[in-house]
Amino acid sequence: MVGLTWSWAFTWEVLPMILSAAKVTLLATLLGSCLAVFVGLAFALIRRSRHRSLRSLIYWLVEFIRSTPLLVQIFFLYYVMPEFGISMSPLLTGVLALGLHYGAYLSEVFRSGIDGVEKGQWEASRALNLSMFDTYRDVILPQAIRPMIPATGNYIIAMFKETPQLSAITLLEMLQIAKIIGSENFRYLEPFTLVGILYLMFSIMAAYGIHMIENRFPKEGISLK
Amino acid sequence: MSSHPIIEFKNVSKRFGDTSIFNDFNFSVKENEIVSIIGPSGSGKSTLLRILMTLEGIDGGYINVNGESLWHMPWNGSYVPASNKHLHKMRDHLGMVFQHFNLFPHMTVKRNITEAPMRVKGLSRSEAEKNAEDLLELVGLADKADSYPNDLSGGQKQRVGIARALAMRPSILLLDEITSALDPELVDEVLDVIRNLAKEQRFTMLLVTHEMYFAREVSDRVCFFDQGRIVEEGAPEDIFTSPKEERTKAFLNAYLN
Repeated sequence: MVGLTWSWAFTWEVLPMILSAAKVTLLATLLGSCLAVFVGLAFALIRRSRHRSLRSLIYWLVEFIRSTPLLVQIFFLYYVMPEFGISMSPLLTGVLALGLHYGAYLSEVFRSGIDGVEKGQWEASRALNLSMFDTYRDVILPQAIRPMIPATGNYIIAMFKETPQLSAITLLEMLQIAKIIGSENFRYLEPFTLVGILYLMFSIMAAYGIHMIENRFPKEGISLK
Repeated sequence: MSSHPIIEFKNVSKRFGDTSIFNDFNFSVKENEIVSIIGPSGSGKSTLLRILMTLEGIDGGYINVNGESLWHMPWNGSYVPASNKHLHKMRDHLGMVFQHFNLFPHMTVKRNITEAPMRVKGLSRSEAEKNAEDLLELVGLADKADSYPNDLSGGQKQRVGIARALAMRPSILLLDEITSALDPELVDEVLDVIRNLAKEQRFTMLLVTHEMYFAREVSDRVCFFDQGRIVEEGAPEDIFTSPKEERTKAFLNAYLN
């Protein structure tokens, strides 16, 4: 078996290619998490709005997104949407799919973070006649963020680890590139091992980063002078 | 003191699920009058203030504040439930101080006080901060402007709570058991602030309290509540020295001895 001896020469040869594909993976994760945070916050706020029909629409949308596989959603966006005249690049599709999918999960995290803010804070805001917008922006969200950090971080790491699913729509992310390298050279050991190590390193770094952010964050919330 | 009622409850009813808090409840307060509400817990005292502050709705009847309906507004010749805009306008008359302070823990003391005047009344930062400094002076906390609420004692927190409510210049001040969450030795510093406000007679004040001596000292009128009804009301001297109702006597005996 030729593949079982580790070749450093081959490792160094393929590393630059895999690292440049890692940029695509990280970019998809970064854009995906920005979108997910935005979507999650929007869903969470709509779920708390006064309009019953809007609330139930979002409720069912979130249920739908959470109960169907990410891959199905990716395929739907990539292969079905063009039939409605909307065709997007693999990266854009991937970002959209990841953002929506994890936005649905994050909306639950944000909702419970908002629910966790003491009732008295809402009452004081109302007694002071603050508008709903000012109440969320100045009073509720600054206090809700800290408890949301760990779960949000975990979902972003989970999203990062799901980016290989985007290889199914031909996005040239790490796993896809490793597979191509492997099949061209008949050696899979080094490229796949490198991909595994890179995922491990990024995940550990991200987990540490989230932990640091949480620890540094003031207990009372974002402080306003 | 004018005799014009600034607060008027007419046949108000309020339920929490199956529990009736008020039924056909009538009550009124005159402008600049200071009214203390005493009574056992669960008698609806706090609910009365919370309804006025629009933190709780009502199930029937009408409430007038400053000559305008609080929970209703005229529409096409009849009265319909108030819109948010109407409630927003009505809340302008009212300010509330809470039992558990409800200060914003992530804001400095100064920001706690300037937040609403800046956001709601559109005051400039410098105007709002000037007012905040004056108010902090008034409650004896001029040196705490840049502290955060969690660095203050309970009594100091509550004095900030009072300053924050006053910053919106309400004509009616609602004080909901404002000393109940305080250590006994901190009660007086808070009551002193209210004493001074009471002397000036610039506000209508409605206070729910368990501090009987204080109620007797500052109030124009004391109302004894039980089970959503005013069992007895009158001048503090009369209520505290010669209550007529058995229920009032029993309550005051338990409290004062």
